[in-house]
Amino acid sequence: MENAAGEALTAEEGAILADVARRLAAFDRERANLIPILQTIQNTHGYLAPAVLQLVARHLRLPPSQVYGVATFYNQFRFHPPGRNPIRVCMGTACHVRGGDIILENFERKLEIPEGQTTPDREFSIERVACVGCCALAPVACVGETVHGHMAPSKVEGLILQVRIARERAEREKKDHADS
Amino acid sequence: MPTAEKATVQDRFEALRTAAEAHQRACNPDHRPTIQIGLATCGIASGALETKAAFEEALAERGIAACIHTVGCVGHCYAEPVVVIDHPESGFPPIFYPQVTPGKAKMLTHLFLEEGDPRFEHLLGATIPNDLIPSVTDFARFNREARVVMAHCGRIDPGEIREYLAAGGYAALAQALQTPPEDIITTVATAGLRGRGGAGFPAARKWRLARSSPDPVRWVVCNADEGDPGAYMDRTLLESTPHQILEGIAICAYAVGSQRALVYVRAEYPLAVTTITSAIAQARAMGLLGADILGSGFNLEVEIFQGSGAFVCGEETALIRSVAGYRGMPHPRPPFPAEKGIDGHPTIINNVKTLAALPPIIGNGADWYRGMGTADSPGTAIFSVVGDVLHPGLVEIPMGTSLRTLIFDICGGIPNKKQFKAVQIGGPSGGCLPAEFLDTPIDFDSLQSAGAMMGSGGMVVMDEDTCMVDVARYFVDFTQKESCGKCTFCRIGTWHLLEILTRITRGEGREGDLETLETLAEDIKAGSLCGLGKTAPNPVLTTLRYFRDEYEAHIREKRCPACVCRPLTAFYIDLEKCARGCNVCEGCCPVEAVFITRQRKRAIDQEKCVKCGECLVACPPEYDAVRKVSPPGLAPVIARPPQDD
Repeated sequence: MENAAGEALTAEEGAILADVARRLAAFDRERANLIPILQTIQNTHGYLAPAVLQLVARHLRLPPSQVYGVATFYNQFRFHPPGRNPIRVCMGTACHVRGGDIILENFERKLEIPEGQTTPDREFSIERVACVGCCALAPVACVGETVHGHMAPSKVEGLILQVRIARERAEREKKDHADS
Repeated sequence: MPTAEKATVQDRFEALRTAAEAHQRACNPDHRPTIQIGLATCGIASGALETKAAFEEALAERGIAACIHTVGCVGHCYAEPVVVIDHPESGFPPIFYPQVTPGKAKMLTHLFLEEGDPRFEHLLGATIPNDLIPSVTDFARFNREARVVMAHCGRIDPGEIREYLAAGGYAALAQALQTPPEDIITTVATAGLRGRGGAGFPAARKWRLARSSPDPVRWVVCNADEGDPGAYMDRTLLESTPHQILEGIAICAYAVGSQRALVYVRAEYPLAVTTITSAIAQARAMGLLGADILGSGFNLEVEIFQGSGAFVCGEETALIRSVAGYRGMPHPRPPFPAEKGIDGHPTIINNVKTLAALPPIIGNGADWYRGMGTADSPGTAIFSVVGDVLHPGLVEIPMGTSLRTLIFDICGGIPNKKQFKAVQIGGPSGGCLPAEFLDTPIDFDSLQSAGAMMGSGGMVVMDEDTCMVDVARYFVDFTQKESCGKCTFCRIGTWHLLEILTRITRGEGREGDLETLETLAEDIKAGSLCGLGKTAPNPVLTTLRYFRDEYEAHIREKRCPACVCRPLTAFYIDLEKCARGCNVCEGCCPVEAVFITRQRKRAIDQEKCVKCGECLVACPPEYDAVRKVSPPGLAPVIARPPQDD
């Protein structure tokens, strides 16, 4: 099998496809299952790879364009792998009034990637979300599952540093463990 | 034999309630102190989990026997993490503590639970009136509210159905099951319940349409696709009192003769999805959902469908399309969903708040509900009041309360001695109302005639530091991105609106822009099919109507009066006021735009500055040296001294 660019599948893509094929078997071949299927796949693998969408289309006996059409319509679906620490910056009204776009800009500047992309080391990705529903704590940003309220541009660097330090520590411990 | 049947439903329900009450008593037989912690999303975001861990640790360390009771959200988001400690032995009534950090948790465990000192400087008040300490009911934030839908929020554990039963839950369902469905619809009609999703359509009229259908398969959908930025009451209700919503769904389904229900929740609310999923399982296990509910012969299966983040899917016909696995695009009505909805069957789509209002209405009667609110909008409304207010959070007030009471009395007014400028009501579909509307009563019709809309109840308060052109641009940007693209006016018209507004906020506005905005806005309203397009121009029209001078300042003087639009403003440091040697501004600047002048004071490099305003916030108030000006040409130019290498 090949990926969308016509290259042979990487080990990662191959593993995803095998898992998706297994999961698809649990769903009836009904159009109404399309969104739940896409959600299940994204929850497990973090994104919808092009080859995965082809598999879904074949399972539901739909033209791939229909599957693409639905997947691109909804904001939730992603088509490239997210970072291990996905950053979601809230762009709700309360956050906007309190400078949410400045927070987003700061993440973009510090991580040197535009919104919607993942850093080359796959550590971080940045997304803008319409509203996470924590408006009383505006401005808000989520790192992974953790919601950080009352964000400030100067807190951005600290959050990124915190993740990097935690990662370094984990790596060091792993190394120590392997050595001992 | 109707009488025999009645007895069984009631008997079965009484048995459940008695068991639940016994379970409640068994939880804390020796009247140990109880620590109640709010664990909804906003509580968790403020650190409630750390607080809970600190309490657990301190209790274990000191060997104190106490119960930790986790609840949902009380709506007092400004005070999160919120803790209520009930320590009967100390002689004090239950006490409400705001902002309980892990440190405070350990201190309270030691000083209050062990030594009986409630620490007056940290408490907000007792939860009930008493002779010892002031009670929270003395505050407007508590006593002006009327909690009907939110009555159980922050009081019961959302993960435990028996707490809801013991608090009187599901009694209305048991009562409804012993009443003919037509009578339920009549009660709801007499109560005058209007849909709380925003449009205010009479609930009973929709139900009658579905009930009269010859199709035996009918659906009930609980619409929790809360997409309005700035509103989060549906999330709070799902996370805090899921069983009240399920009870409402069951009452509605019984009234319209439906056996299948769907809860359509946003996937962005993971905690809400978990809570409602486990609530459904518990209710099924108790026989309150599923087959032959309480032995009445009425069956109801409730499923969950996760929305995928499309604002337009809050619209009924678009929601139905998305459930079927298509792009959520609305289609013209009639046929109304109540006639032809999911799979072509009659479908009742009601908002979370509408359904959650049913148990109290059935339980207390139509006249009781009519006794609150105004003649045309009876009952209560829940608002999420956020933005520039002292006490943001969720507030449930009787309809007809004035905006002034809500913003200034209940939510504490504008912080930092700033002036009130406007309040944005109803999200992207609503409008911005200036100070002269503060005495407007809040109800569906008054807001509509002022140019705003009830919407789902999001209310963003803005102080003088808000640029109304920028706010209008923000909302159009949102609706433009969320437009499904079916109608040309919505798809391309909003794009043009956004383009003009963006130009104006950049200082590139032209004469005639305002007139173009107005005609285009009217055309979009007329040429769109669904509520998204019909209401998208509202923020533009209201800001143009009430804040036209701000638009004119942007266009003619290239100036942003509120100093918000970044291309039109500049920050600088007043050298007279800057303290030598203090370098907080330099430390907080994310782009290293602050440099040291020859006099060893600080100045801002205008080329590098991203205008984030951190230095303005960080500069100690005793110096107050950072200034913001518009147009940017007003900022003095200070050259960076040459670097000595």
